[in-house]
Amino acid sequence: MVASTGNSLFAVEWLLLIFLIVCAVFVSCARDLLNAVVIFMSYSLIMAVIWVLLQAPDLAITEAAVGAGVTSLLFFLALRRVDRIGHSQEKKEEHHD
Amino acid sequence: MIEKLTSLFKGFRDWVEGNGPRPENEGMPPEAPPPLPFTLKPPTAHSARFHELTIRERRRLWLESYGGDLFSSLYVGIGILACVLFVFVLLAAVAELPPFGDPGNPANNEVVQRYVERGGRETGAQNIVAGMILDYRAFDTFGESVVLFTAAVCVLMLLSTVADDSSSRTAPCRFVQNSGLTALKPVQNSGLTALKPVQNSGLTALKPVQRDDAILRGVASLSIPIILLLGCAVVVEGHLSPGGGFSGGAILSAGLILCANAYGFDRVHRVFSERTFVRSSSGALLAYAVMKGWSFFSGANHIESGIPTGKVGNILSGGLILPLNICVGLVVAGTLYSFYALFSEGEI
Repeated sequence: MVASTGNSLFAVEWLLLIFLIVCAVFVSCARDLLNAVVIFMSYSLIMAVIWVLLQAPDLAITEAAVGAGVTSLLFFLALRRVDRIGHSQEKKEEHHD
Repeated sequence: MIEKLTSLFKGFRDWVEGNGPRPENEGMPPEAPPPLPFTLKPPTAHSARFHELTIRERRRLWLESYGGDLFSSLYVGIGILACVLFVFVLLAAVAELPPFGDPGNPANNEVVQRYVERGGRETGAQNIVAGMILDYRAFDTFGESVVLFTAAVCVLMLLSTVADDSSSRTAPCRFVQNSGLTALKPVQNSGLTALKPVQNSGLTALKPVQRDDAILRGVASLSIPIILLLGCAVVVEGHLSPGGGFSGGAILSAGLILCANAYGFDRVHRVFSERTFVRSSSGALLAYAVMKGWSFFSGANHIESGIPTGKVGNILSGGLILPLNICVGLVVAGTLYSFYALFSEGEI
């Protein structure tokens, strides 16, 4: 399933794959949407490493830039729009003023 | 753990049965499950009439009283069974796939052979992926860029606050806070299709608070030049090393977004305004269309551009790949950054 050259690399690949599945499950299980986005980011990062191990550096760069970077940024922005993050802190500051 | 599993199962069952979102998540009072259509009490075995019934009538009565529960549990059970079966079918299909990297795989046909053997000579690109997507299959990449550009145009039309007369550029945020929900309220403006910002008196516009964050600024001042330089390198060296227009453009846009968050959108606006976005994106797309559409009329199979391919490995090699990469990078960087700016501020 996964290209492997050495035993240690093989173990790392399995570790990454298991972690990938754990991340994928916990993204859908996370109650807090902010946590879900962060876990999704780590999922993309692991996927990028796996792309490198599969000798697809082009995909790795794109996955890291788009999956872990821009997509998560847009998710954070959407969460801020619907007041899921940054709301309570701003309220506190208003009370201070 | 068990509680979590049961709550997970309950959520799954709610979702399967269409009871809406998890009540706990929304902070709403828990919704009572709808009463089943069959709420008859089953006749007990002790009642006098029960003994007079035949077996068939007893079965009918039992179904009438317990049928709803039976149906719902059967429904859930069959749903889970179907999912598990589907997973097994997919896993079996994966197990039947040819091994990774086997030379006898059906994907290793004459097309791959041609790309590998003659790609470097024909396209002049050291990175054979760039040679494929920007020379052999450049028209597909053109379609991808057009899709991104169209998405950006649609977002611009929906979220932009620029009125028809460009002088009346008003408040950047037209999201109106509406009892906890952020509603989008486009207002039709007497025949004009322009969307005017809605300004309700008692409601505060949702402008993100611009805070003087020393840590963010310090990190940003160190990392933004590196990020932008890396993005430019990935775009320009697309035909030599992994990367290319799309990934480089995404890196560039990430740098711009970081800059906008650390120093405010005005700072980015000086370099990358809406006018720059429109001109660079449409200009890059047009240049791409001219460069690659021309090869259709010339009858070439997307390869012979007339430009010498140069020495493989030099920065000025690969014929049209370098300008095409720059075009794609411009479109992608502008589009992704404008998505962020439009969603965040309402304008680029």
